Amino acid sequence: MNNPRKEIRPMQQTGPRHGPGAMPGFEKPKDTGRIIRRLLEYMANRKFQLVIVFFLMIISASGSVAGNYLLKPLINNYILPGDFSGLARMLTLMAGIYLVSVGASYGQSRLMLLIAQRMTNSMRRDLFKKMQTLPLKYFDTHTHGELMSRYTNDIDNVQMAFEQSLVQLFSSSLMFLGAVIMMIILNPVLFIASGTIIAVMFFAARFFTSRSGKFYKAQQKNLGSLNGYVEEIVDGLKVVKVFNYEDKANLEFSKRNEDYRVAATNANFFAGVIMPVVMNLNNMSYAVAAMLGGLLTVAGRFDVGSLASFLQYTRQMGMPITMISNQFNTVLAALAGAERVFEVMDEKPEDDLGVIKLVGANKNMESFIEVSHNGVHPTHWAWKVPQADGSVQYIELKGDVRFNNVTFAYEPGVPVLSGISLYAKPGQKIAFVGSTGAGKTTITNLINRFYDIEEGSITFDGINVKLIKKDDLRKSLGMVLQDTHLFTGTVMDNIRYGRLDATDEECVQAAKQASADSFIRRLPQGYNTLITADGTNLSQGQRQLLAIARVAVADPPVLILDEATSSIDTRTERLIEKGMDALMKGRTVFVIAHRLSTVRNANAIIVLEHGEIIERGDHDDLLKQKGRYYRLYTGQYELA
Amino acid sequence: MLKKLSVYIGKYKKYVLAVPVFVFLDVICELSMPLLMARIVDQGIPAGDIPFITRTGIYMILLALGAITFGVMNMKASTTGSIGFAANLRNALFEKVQQFSFTNIDQFSTASLVTRLTNDVNNLQTTFMMALRLLTRAPMMLVIAFFLAYNINSELAIVLAIAIPVLVIGIGLIISKAGRLFAIMQQKIDNINRVIQENLVGIRVVKSYVREDHEKDKFKIANDEFTSSAIKAINLAILNMPVMMFVLNSATIAIIWLGGKMISAGTLGTGELISFISYVLLILNSVMMISMVFIMYARAEASGQRIIEVLETKIDISDKPEWTLLTNTKGSEAMIANPGSIDSPKVSTGKVEFRNVTFKYALTGSGENVLHNINFVIKPGEVVGIVGGTGSGKSTLVNLIPRLYEVTEGAVLVDDVDVRDYRLEDLRGGIGVVLQMNTLFSGTIRENILWGNEQASEQEVISACKDAQAHEFIMSFPDGYDTVLGQGGVNVSGGQKQRLCIARAMLKKPKILILDDSTSAVDMATEAKIREAFYHSLAGTTVFIIAQRISSVREADKIIVLDDGGVSGVGTHDQLLKTNTIYKEINSSQQEGVLAQ
Repeated sequence: MNNPRKEIRPMQQTGPRHGPGAMPGFEKPKDTGRIIRRLLEYMANRKFQLVIVFFLMIISASGSVAGNYLLKPLINNYILPGDFSGLARMLTLMAGIYLVSVGASYGQSRLMLLIAQRMTNSMRRDLFKKMQTLPLKYFDTHTHGELMSRYTNDIDNVQMAFEQSLVQLFSSSLMFLGAVIMMIILNPVLFIASGTIIAVMFFAARFFTSRSGKFYKAQQKNLGSLNGYVEEIVDGLKVVKVFNYEDKANLEFSKRNEDYRVAATNANFFAGVIMPVVMNLNNMSYAVAAMLGGLLTVAGRFDVGSLASFLQYTRQMGMPITMISNQFNTVLAALAGAERVFEVMDEKPEDDLGVIKLVGANKNMESFIEVSHNGVHPTHWAWKVPQADGSVQYIELKGDVRFNNVTFAYEPGVPVLSGISLYAKPGQKIAFVGSTGAGKTTITNLINRFYDIEEGSITFDGINVKLIKKDDLRKSLGMVLQDTHLFTGTVMDNIRYGRLDATDEECVQAAKQASADSFIRRLPQGYNTLITADGTNLSQGQRQLLAIARVAVADPPVLILDEATSSIDTRTERLIEKGMDALMKGRTVFVIAHRLSTVRNANAIIVLEHGEIIERGDHDDLLKQKGRYYRLYTGQYELA
Repeated sequence: MLKKLSVYIGKYKKYVLAVPVFVFLDVICELSMPLLMARIVDQGIPAGDIPFITRTGIYMILLALGAITFGVMNMKASTTGSIGFAANLRNALFEKVQQFSFTNIDQFSTASLVTRLTNDVNNLQTTFMMALRLLTRAPMMLVIAFFLAYNINSELAIVLAIAIPVLVIGIGLIISKAGRLFAIMQQKIDNINRVIQENLVGIRVVKSYVREDHEKDKFKIANDEFTSSAIKAINLAILNMPVMMFVLNSATIAIIWLGGKMISAGTLGTGELISFISYVLLILNSVMMISMVFIMYARAEASGQRIIEVLETKIDISDKPEWTLLTNTKGSEAMIANPGSIDSPKVSTGKVEFRNVTFKYALTGSGENVLHNINFVIKPGEVVGIVGGTGSGKSTLVNLIPRLYEVTEGAVLVDDVDVRDYRLEDLRGGIGVVLQMNTLFSGTIRENILWGNEQASEQEVISACKDAQAHEFIMSFPDGYDTVLGQGGVNVSGGQKQRLCIARAMLKKPKILILDDSTSAVDMATEAKIREAFYHSLAGTTVFIIAQRISSVREADKIIVLDDGGVSGVGTHDQLLKTNTIYKEINSSQQEGVLAQ
């Protein structure tokens, strides 16, 4: 009922979060340049830190390259001739270089961690801010899992990339390049020999990466189907039991499980095999270098010290290559993730051009005096309308709502409401009756501008609702929906959600009015009972009572009750009837309900079908008309 | 935990056992290389022995090729073994969950069961794979490399004897402290996700109360808390690298200093020094790897515990031992035709008796009786209505008949046999239940209806659907019975869904049919037509109807009024109106009618 759209969207498969060590998605962003620019904007005020990181990275990479080069003079000039004071000096120098290199590398990781964390903190904050401004239409067309994974998977990927991958990618490349240069300096001939094997290493890494990428996709597909089946069966487990379906479910599950097993084994095998292949190719180039270097030394074209440091460089090659091939995918996944985050951020927010505000006011003869609202309720509420000449005019809030020829469609060309005209005079109770999809909820969602109409107009106390600031418009309307949503916090916090500055007494009073007080007092900690996971520890009926208390404490001039008592059994409903009557008294109320007891004393009952009003009038009128309402009432027609 | 989970390796044991063998060969190949290199430098070069250098070089290349081969085989074995293990575990978990009784199901939330079956198993899969790869390799590397290094020069090995403990202590300290910080970080992540989730689900509430700023403030706190806890935890964790590098570099320098002296004294070759340094790198790297496995194990432990919790859940409802034996020897469908099973009773008439039944939820409830002292007898073929307020125990009562819950005291008898003496499959096979929370599954309408009886003919399907007043609307869909339903049957209306669920249960041709508030969204006229079927095509079936609407049970042969877990009255509509105040009250509260539920 809270989703007025009738058509079904395929649920997007939102896989589970990557576990530790899971492979990154092999995906590519569409417009890399633009995304990088936007990501850089997030680091704009950290330019200085980035420059430092850059320098630290160069220092640490060249430190480790230089440290290995020192092996040559160490062996050739000091160890072999037996110059120990010189060796001590050189070793001190080496220690110094290592120390600086390690220090620089640690400093760089700390700084980058800080930059990445602050950056993703801002991204999450901005995304959440943006989310709060998005129109409901957006939430209707995107699954929760989809938006959730923007925060979890996508921003996590960005964080990983900035925290580790980028630096590793860069410093690996630096070390690789440094090692190559040093090897060429040490002996170009020897480099050509081992360089050939290094090239093979590159191609091997690429080959296995792309192979595993292909299987990875298959793995994800199978995982999706497996998880989907788990969800469906676990969700319907009681039905499974009732129909003795356990064995068939087991059979189907093990089939899907086997498919997944095969795909996952392939994907992980090809991903895992990169490491031993590249590392051992590296060993092979080490072997070639040792052999050829030995031969060259015998021929007098090389020396033992140079060979030692050449061999150290050869050893260093494998790591950067596996690093680069691994991290490259992570960075791509991060960019694709960032792109999706930015897509949400670029969504059009709810438009709000209204300028008219809602203010508390005291009535003084025919004019209003605006009062600040600080806990004390003003005697009246008024719309503050700025005039062209700069002055303001106050119009009393009465609760007069009119629809003039309203047409509305969730999707262009598929009108849900057409040509609806209706009015609610202040203090009147208007009830909507009709099948699911007839447009009842849609009408109430247009009053508070959850959705904007295409044609016609809606006025509130004679003012077009588009001219009223959205926040102020919504403050004047209290809503209770069929699906009650509660927030983590105490029962008291949840009632107070209606008006944040309400005192405990006011909240208890509201609970009493909604007949919620007695069940709340029976909860383990009474009003301080913690509500978790959207109130799953309460029954649906209890949650509805809380939602009614919440709107009671908000004390809005206009009430919208969308199946607000649907889960409360008929006897309990009788008990809260009095409270509901008191709540509705003096307010304009729009009610959607199945039960006649809720509907029959309305000032006007509007029967909707396919987005059009087919009957209207009060209970007695409509019964006399012997139309749809009459048939509904006598049980000859099904609402569904 | 490891012991409990290791049984699920099953037929993949040979792969798991092969891993250490391949790793051993791989490590031997890899570790021989520095030794051969040392011989080139120390023996080949000084002697100018070109054939010796070439020969040794070729040995090295062959060793590298061997290492590649064994490395690849190791990957194959470790991947197959670990993913196979996870697949077995997943099957075992799923089968276990299939055995769950309603009490067991109530004990876990759906979401948490799904997480255990998906994310938690995947966590274990990854951890086991990494553990297989690293935990075999690293210790072997450590021991063999140390042995070789010691063989090169025992005095230099003293450096390692100091370096290894220093590294172990350093990393140990970091890990133990970081573990706690990561746990805090995880809490903060859950916090953030909770706020986002609540905002997504309750976006209409947020918007209608104009609480965007309030929510942004909430999120900011959660977000900032997460960031600072993450920085704290990761800052500590990244200390690992400098500690490792510091120990490695210090050891290298000490070895060059000591080794340099030995070289000039002639007790050590230059090549030996270089290969010793290579071993140092490999040894310390292994120490790091082992520490990584510990970190991963700590993370996986929570997943493992959650999985074991499911695996060890006590199933409170299962077949009597003698029936279990029968089920195990034969497949479920063969059972029905199996002449060996004639001993187990079958539901044949549909008589139901409650004898002094008391029930309380053993695991979830507060210990209060949900039902107490229930006594009644229902004759075969009777239609029974059950009414009562929310929480009066209506659903619980009917769920005791197919033994979905187990009575706490007393007995439920079907055909004069205690339900506990039936094979579950036989008992439930004879009873059709339409649950309050009814679920349709993804697939076509026909596939869903066939859940009731896989062997049913097209005629039987259609006639069940006609009885349930579903045939007409099914035929109004372009694809008729082949219309594909989304997960949970999202593309049919509430009333249609209920009628499909009724048809599904009717196709079973059960001796007892239970409808738990399952016509609430069906209009009264249609409902009346469905009820007609109870007296005609299902004339011999005992029917239990739980309903909110008095109109749904008015014509029943018997109406049971429940109040607060006890039977407040049994009789026909007219009798109860005269004698039962609660029934009267419910009736009068509905005098004004209900448009539809």
